[in-house]
Amino acid sequence: MNDTVTQRLMFRSPIKWLIINAIAWIIGVLWITPFIGIFMTSIRPFSEVVSGWWTIHPFTVTLKNYIEALFNPMFSLYKGLINSLIIAIPSTLIPVFLAALAAYAFARFSLPIKNYLFATILFLMAVPQQMTIIPIFFMLNNMHLLNTYLGLILVHSSWGIPWIIFFLRNYFSLLPVELEEAAKVDGASYRQIFFKIVLPVALPGIVSAAVLQFAWVWNDFFFALMLIFDPDKMVVTQMLPRLKGQYQVDWGLLSAGSVIAMIVPILVYALFNKYYVSGFRGWAMKR
Amino acid sequence: MVVKVKTPLTTKMAFLLPAAFLVLTFVVYPIVATIMLSFNINPIPNVNVVGDRKPGLDNYVKVLTNFKFVNIEGLKTLSFPMGAIIHNIIWIVIHLPLTLITGLLLAILLQNVKGGTIIRSFIFLGMVIPMIVGGLLIQFSFDKDLGVVNLFLKILGLGFIARSWIIYPDTALFSLILGSVWLWTGFTVTMYSAGLASIPKEVIEAAIVDGADFKTILFKIIIPLLRPVTITVVAMTILWDLKIFDIVYASTQGGPGGASMVLALLMYEFFARLQDYSLSATVAVILTLVTLPVVVLWIKATLRGGKEQ
Repeated sequence: MNDTVTQRLMFRSPIKWLIINAIAWIIGVLWITPFIGIFMTSIRPFSEVVSGWWTIHPFTVTLKNYIEALFNPMFSLYKGLINSLIIAIPSTLIPVFLAALAAYAFARFSLPIKNYLFATILFLMAVPQQMTIIPIFFMLNNMHLLNTYLGLILVHSSWGIPWIIFFLRNYFSLLPVELEEAAKVDGASYRQIFFKIVLPVALPGIVSAAVLQFAWVWNDFFFALMLIFDPDKMVVTQMLPRLKGQYQVDWGLLSAGSVIAMIVPILVYALFNKYYVSGFRGWAMKR
Repeated sequence: MVVKVKTPLTTKMAFLLPAAFLVLTFVVYPIVATIMLSFNINPIPNVNVVGDRKPGLDNYVKVLTNFKFVNIEGLKTLSFPMGAIIHNIIWIVIHLPLTLITGLLLAILLQNVKGGTIIRSFIFLGMVIPMIVGGLLIQFSFDKDLGVVNLFLKILGLGFIARSWIIYPDTALFSLILGSVWLWTGFTVTMYSAGLASIPKEVIEAAIVDGADFKTILFKIIIPLLRPVTITVVAMTILWDLKIFDIVYASTQGGPGGASMVLALLMYEFFARLQDYSLSATVAVILTLVTLPVVVLWIKATLRGGKEQ
């Protein structure tokens, strides 16, 4: 047991230690009961859970809900998953690359009105999506990009750039400049310095930005709702509320759909935990 | 520290322009265009979005007097719907203190227990999942038969008040707000945990040696030292509460009868259902204006922090 700041204060006796640990774990388990519930509902026939998913007699495991959700005739979540990937991957690579370039300029070059530019970037990070969407809708319509993957990718890429610039600028400005200066003395071009020195050294920061941007795009609902109408092109978050049905909510179908939609971001979080949390703090904390 | 090197302008432009092009086209211009649209000035070439309306403040009058924006009747009788902006304010008033207190106490608790990191990642799950799923999980948990909320009520002997909380006007908004505390507290806990980890051990140890009890240490040391974190958390939470959309869309769609309507959803309703684009743009501008004080404070704090670095 490593000893932390408040520890000695809270645990004067072993019994107290035990009680406090028990309370913490009870809270932890209670906190995820909705997740347990939705999962339990998704793997059992609906008739078994109508009076509560916690009733376990009888307990039959079935994949019926998942199959119905994945291959739904109207809104196939299988297609939704593919569409989400088609949207989210380029919407991660493009802004991370472009924002890395711009962030480097912010971290290393002297620019006129730099502080104003930076304040603008902060403002753009905070502006509601609703503030941009109507003109975007008509612009994309003019460009014949409404209801297309490309249109949504362009919007997501542009929307992600400000916060990634903010995050990577902080990251770059903490890197030592000596290596870059030495390379410059040796006659390396800016392009070489950026690609051969800066990017490899900054890789953890780049991964953090990419992981969070991917999760953000995957989880986004509003842009997709406004810009994609064709059921064949809809992303998974967009299909989900449509599985609800008009009057009676089909929780069997919907619970399976929820699990399908959240499994990807949860996996990303589990696999890239370190990058996720550091990027997340960097995003929220002013550094 | 920024190293001043003579960099040719073309190089600087090569680094900046690609990002600037996308941001100007798909973020900055649309923001300006939305403002123009709200004044009935047509901002988009080749399409007449405004119709034959005269430029002016008409849209603002229409929105501010719309009962979906502020419902005087509801306010008088203190019954829902009270209007989108009031609902957003109620959201902040309830959500902010709950998530701050819960987040801080949990962060302190979890710093000191076995497996605290695991419990913290449980709590953080709410921040990882799509908010549209978050909304469905809230509806699910407040369901009369399937919902875990009513299960707890039954266990506590309060089974007789069990109902599907989000389908009644008087409880729909409160249910969503409580659900949003559940989803968002992962953020608060994470932020406060990071803040706690940066408090020097010696400070607290010295206080213990001096005989301070937990309450004194909490209020005299921990909370003052965590002030910068609290400022960030408060700003982020208020912004999130004002922009709330997915949760409401997925669960109640603003219903029943507008009882859980919020600003972002009202903007969408004017866009999609009424197809009144300038009215919808006006709601978006008002929403942005409401966030502005918080955003400005946050920008100032961030720029100040950057200089100290």
